[in-house]
Amino acid sequence: MAELTYRDAVAAGIAQEMARDERVVFLGEDIAAAGGVFKATVGLLDQFGPKRVRDTPISEQAILGAAMGAAMTGLRPIAEIMFSDFLAVCWDIVANEIAKSRYMTNGQVEVPLVIRTANGAGSRFGAQHSQSVENWAMMIPGIKVVAPAFPADVKGLIAAAVRDPDPVIVFEQKSLYPMKGEVPEGELVDELGKARVLRRGKDCTIVALALMVHRALAAAEILEKEHGISCTVVDVRSLVPLDTVTILAEVAATGRLVTVEENPRLCGWGAEIASIIADECFWELDGPIIRITTPHIPLPSADRLEDATIPSVERIVREIVEKID
Amino acid sequence: MDSTAKRKKGAPADDDIGRDIRLELFRMQLELRLCEKRAYDLFLQNLIKGTSHLSLGQEAIAAAFGVAMRPDDWTFCTYRGHAHTLARGASMSGVLGELMGRECGLLGGKGGSMHLTDVSKGAMGSYAIIGAHLPVAAGAAWSAQYRGTEQVAVCFFGDGTTNIGAFHEALNFAVVWKLPVIFVCENNLYMEYTPIHTVTAVEHPAADRAAAYGLEKVVVDGNDADAVYRTATKYMARARQGGGPALIECMTYRHSGHSRADPAKYRPEGELEKWLERDPIKIYRERLLGLGIVEATLKDIEDDVMQQVNEATETAKASPPPSLDGIEQHVWADGGAAWRN
Repeated sequence: MAELTYRDAVAAGIAQEMARDERVVFLGEDIAAAGGVFKATVGLLDQFGPKRVRDTPISEQAILGAAMGAAMTGLRPIAEIMFSDFLAVCWDIVANEIAKSRYMTNGQVEVPLVIRTANGAGSRFGAQHSQSVENWAMMIPGIKVVAPAFPADVKGLIAAAVRDPDPVIVFEQKSLYPMKGEVPEGELVDELGKARVLRRGKDCTIVALALMVHRALAAAEILEKEHGISCTVVDVRSLVPLDTVTILAEVAATGRLVTVEENPRLCGWGAEIASIIADECFWELDGPIIRITTPHIPLPSADRLEDATIPSVERIVREIVEKID
Repeated sequence: MDSTAKRKKGAPADDDIGRDIRLELFRMQLELRLCEKRAYDLFLQNLIKGTSHLSLGQEAIAAAFGVAMRPDDWTFCTYRGHAHTLARGASMSGVLGELMGRECGLLGGKGGSMHLTDVSKGAMGSYAIIGAHLPVAAGAAWSAQYRGTEQVAVCFFGDGTTNIGAFHEALNFAVVWKLPVIFVCENNLYMEYTPIHTVTAVEHPAADRAAAYGLEKVVVDGNDADAVYRTATKYMARARQGGGPALIECMTYRHSGHSRADPAKYRPEGELEKWLERDPIKIYRERLLGLGIVEATLKDIEDDVMQQVNEATETAKASPPPSLDGIEQHVWADGGAAWRN
């Protein structure tokens, strides 16, 4: 095992796949010479050269359109969209072109590409650089969506995404970039569509994603020690495909579901999970489903406001104690 | 405007283009024309549902590129893409079947008129969101450049596309990366229902923007298949040799409205009649006769293409509607649509 930061795991995952497969190319704004605005792609230009690691203009439609055209014709591009909020300026390419082309052409067109993007709050960047938009992508048929919480998952899921024959968006939580974690030595390839159970309890099952996984784990510690509430914590990891087998089993085991989401309230990914549990696991439930989300507002910038907006450890503890005790 | 017709009048058919290519250009234009006219007839019989955007009057452009392109080159076109897809050799029954929503359709009924695609022929898709396919074509060109295959991507679009952001992003990107992509603007004077000059800052919506991207201004008579063929050949050869992209504006006119729903009443009186005089097939036929190709040869081609269209029509009509089993197929590479385990 080696200890890597979340940001170094990004470069490690990309490097592993570029070294393995000549078809893998990487493009985006400031990703090559500058090594990325989050320094998550440092060293790739030196290692693989300017033919394979290419800086682009600030042209998100051109970046994703070019990645799509290259993917359709035999390459395996990785494209970076610097902040996930910027997906809105190239959403046509994602939602209408990349996602739909295989279906519309009855399987003729293949689009094996990866979009990496820095997502979510915690950096005080305000409403246009901090949204959590993985739920936008989850709604589009034809796009796979993953959101790692740990450095090892970053490397392994990027590798799995590159090797997957379908388009995958990897949402990296930007405030996790400095976080350190153990990453196995040697080749690491994860599997899309697998949730992970991080701890098991008997009173409730907390389902979380990315940054919220860490807060759910911290809340579970407090709930156990201070309130005698024992929690299972499931890291969803992959929204599409969704590991409903694991989620259903873990909710059935405790009889309670709590989702913890960075998404604004309406149509956050937790709503879909709540719906599945209500449909398929209703008679196993001992009480109402609890959704802990960001309020349905654009994200404010000031640290005090942002902290009060995104689900915090304290809020998770409070809501669970109030509703489950 | 090209004056090939005058210059070449009376000259033998074996010049730089040559008799064989010219007959191919004639035949290709006819295939596009007669197949689309058939599609129009099938609308009137209510055998084609939904919308459809015809290229009647604009065939010389798709035909000339279709003949000039290498089989492994790629075409990217718009929702007005029947002609461009056929010009790569996609089957007529596949095209008509798709328009009719039949199993034999190129896309098994999943795409329809606006998304005709035949990857096996290098027809890489018809894109119905204005501008979207310009960067996609640039990406295909990047793939060719990266692998050193000397393939070229050709991207067709209308004059209206020149006012959307993706047009400008793709041009800049393609020039900066020196990609082998040919952007072909078919200027038919109308952006859907609106005259293009009333909503555009420059006279030539594509060509007058070329200088902003360091490209030369290229305007060609889009109703003259020879002129388009020469231009296509020149810029594709340059692109194959690493000379980078080109932006070509072809002046033309659509004989019908924007779509099935549009009777085109916004056009001034006499405009259509003027352009019908410059019908690309009419002028090409006259040119071929002037070059010494005999009437019987042209008549044989016309009869043959009509028979081809008739057979394709019968094949499409005989094809059943698509099976419902296909509805949840081909979202993913594994052939399925599962989003959960």
